[in-house]
Amino acid sequence: MSIFVNKDTKLIVQGITGKEGQFHTRQCIEYGTRVVGGVTPGKGGQKMDGVPVFNTVRDAVDKTGADAGMIFVPPAFSADAIMEGADAGLSLIVAITEGVPVMDMLRVKNYLATKNCRLIGPNCPGIITPGECKIGIMPGKIHKPGGPVGVVSRSGTLTYEVVDQLTKLGIGQTTCVGIGGDPVNGTNFIDVLLAFEADPATEGIVMVGEIGGNAEEEAALFIKRHVTKPVVGFIAGLTAPAGRRMGHAGAIISGGSGTGQAKIAAFMENGIHVCENLGLIGQVSKEAFGL
Amino acid sequence: MKIHEFQAKELFRKYDVPVPDGQSVESVEEAVTVCKRLGSYPVVLKAQIHAGGRGKGGGVKLVRSEQEARAAADTILGMTLITHQTGPEGKVVKTLLVEAGQDIAEELYLSLLVDRETASIIIVGCREGGMDIEEVAARSPEKIIKVQVNPLVGLQGYHIRELAFGLALTGNAMKSLGGLVKNLYRLFVENDCSLVEINPLIITKAETVIALDAKVDLDSNALFRHPAQLAYRDLNEEDPLEVEASRFNLNYINLDGNVGNIVNGAGLAMATMDIIKQAGAQPANFMDVGGGATAEMVENGLRIILRDDKVKAVLINIFGGILRCDVFAEGVVAAAKAIGLKIPIVVRMEGTNVEAGKQILAASGLSLISAVDLRDAAAKIAAAVA
Repeated sequence: MSIFVNKDTKLIVQGITGKEGQFHTRQCIEYGTRVVGGVTPGKGGQKMDGVPVFNTVRDAVDKTGADAGMIFVPPAFSADAIMEGADAGLSLIVAITEGVPVMDMLRVKNYLATKNCRLIGPNCPGIITPGECKIGIMPGKIHKPGGPVGVVSRSGTLTYEVVDQLTKLGIGQTTCVGIGGDPVNGTNFIDVLLAFEADPATEGIVMVGEIGGNAEEEAALFIKRHVTKPVVGFIAGLTAPAGRRMGHAGAIISGGSGTGQAKIAAFMENGIHVCENLGLIGQVSKEAFGL
Repeated sequence: MKIHEFQAKELFRKYDVPVPDGQSVESVEEAVTVCKRLGSYPVVLKAQIHAGGRGKGGGVKLVRSEQEARAAADTILGMTLITHQTGPEGKVVKTLLVEAGQDIAEELYLSLLVDRETASIIIVGCREGGMDIEEVAARSPEKIIKVQVNPLVGLQGYHIRELAFGLALTGNAMKSLGGLVKNLYRLFVENDCSLVEINPLIITKAETVIALDAKVDLDSNALFRHPAQLAYRDLNEEDPLEVEASRFNLNYINLDGNVGNIVNGAGLAMATMDIIKQAGAQPANFMDVGGGATAEMVENGLRIILRDDKVKAVLINIFGGILRCDVFAEGVVAAAKAIGLKIPIVVRMEGTNVEAGKQILAASGLSLISAVDLRDAAAKIAAAVA
């Protein structure tokens, strides 16, 4: 079992014929994801490695029955692509793109609230249910199918580090969700925690946060009230200076809020097992989840 | 991206948001010329640096004569202004804003910002302006009026009324504020701002509202669609190494410590800085080379880090997904050979083609220290700076 994506998920790739789109589509197909089509305006009728390309998402959905989309579209056009996907009836959209203007995301988020569509990202590595479905750019090989740990993270390579340690300890993952490093995103920690709590195959959850905003604090309160499964939490950026954007657009301590210390405190106050040493996170998880 | 007060006020003028009559200058003579043009005193001279707290630091002066103006301009221009936001090294003042003094009846606070959680634009108003808004929020939260605007709906009349009645304004001031907020909202959206703050927004004795100060932060992700905004960038406000790094498309922040680091991925880069601290050292920088780390990038990155002579060792932490460890290792070897290493470099790699990558490092003939995992990397970096 898993959350959000599984072996039945049918994926279309928006921006499939671009360099990034082609490369990662191939990687996803190789992993076993059901890629049923792609969209590049003006290239409808062509094929990318046997995958049919359409001019519009609506056309792609009509012809393929796709229910999920992966977006490899430059920042200037990402909001447009996401809204097009939602409008065409996709129920999940994964936006990998980094650099989407915040104002665009404000509009996208408010629009998507009127649709039955979950957005993951933008500026994220994607989502993977190991052994079944990979929608994103993460290296499939480091993941281990079968659970029982769910992983949710704002980061990319930091997530891979965590997953790799778990796999090396023989601990599999149900689903790994990269919610991305932007300040305004489609899916937040709480959305994923809710889903992991309801997933029978997920027995423990690893939550990887970072400085900036208060998503971790909100999640901590939510965990105290609504999550019965054990949670291990990690925060990146405890040594980051205030006022500077640490790579991710959302990773900025401003006006004294969004500090790593505040997030760690929120974790501790709400029953989350805190791991402060990244080198030990696999081990800490093993112990916390009794695996 | 931050911009100066005088630039923010230029933007305000374009959107009919009232600001004092004034002009930015870079010399004492120019300052005097502007005073003459303004025609009367008092005149306010304000140091233009990005950091706040300029008044307390001695960077803002009210002058009542040309002689005073000359003396104040001379003092402020070229001074190293130290405020609670500049850090102890302060900032050298190159630009001065010369403005007509105003007849202040009252000082308010007004700002617009993006709220991540609700994906909305929030308008914040407070009758107590001219002071630290966070202090007011802590002391008297009921005095803060917050109005949430759905950007798909846009600013409506009721938003403005909520704000104005919440602030208990009357008469002309209420009307003026309404107009100002409409224009400010338009400015915010059209310019892709992340923050617009007016503290204080004054009500004059004539019941007009004027932005006495102006702070505007722009969304760097949106610069591509505002080419004119690039002109606002002030390289003097940026660290020279960071400016250089940006030219190589390196995501780099200069810090104070003794261990340089190169990482792929911002989250992992932040975590690597934390690892360095836990190992008993201090990170000298943040550097995210992203997924496209070529030999050239590694070399450029290493060179920039090594320019800081506080750096005693470097930790390279790479998790190769799309980025292949063997390709990256070749880059490190090439860079190290080109630069010539004088300090220890600890390399920890994991992920795609890691074994091939480790072999390349081992066979390079360079004294690069290989770490097998994060714990090992931390121990080795601690040993390197001990």
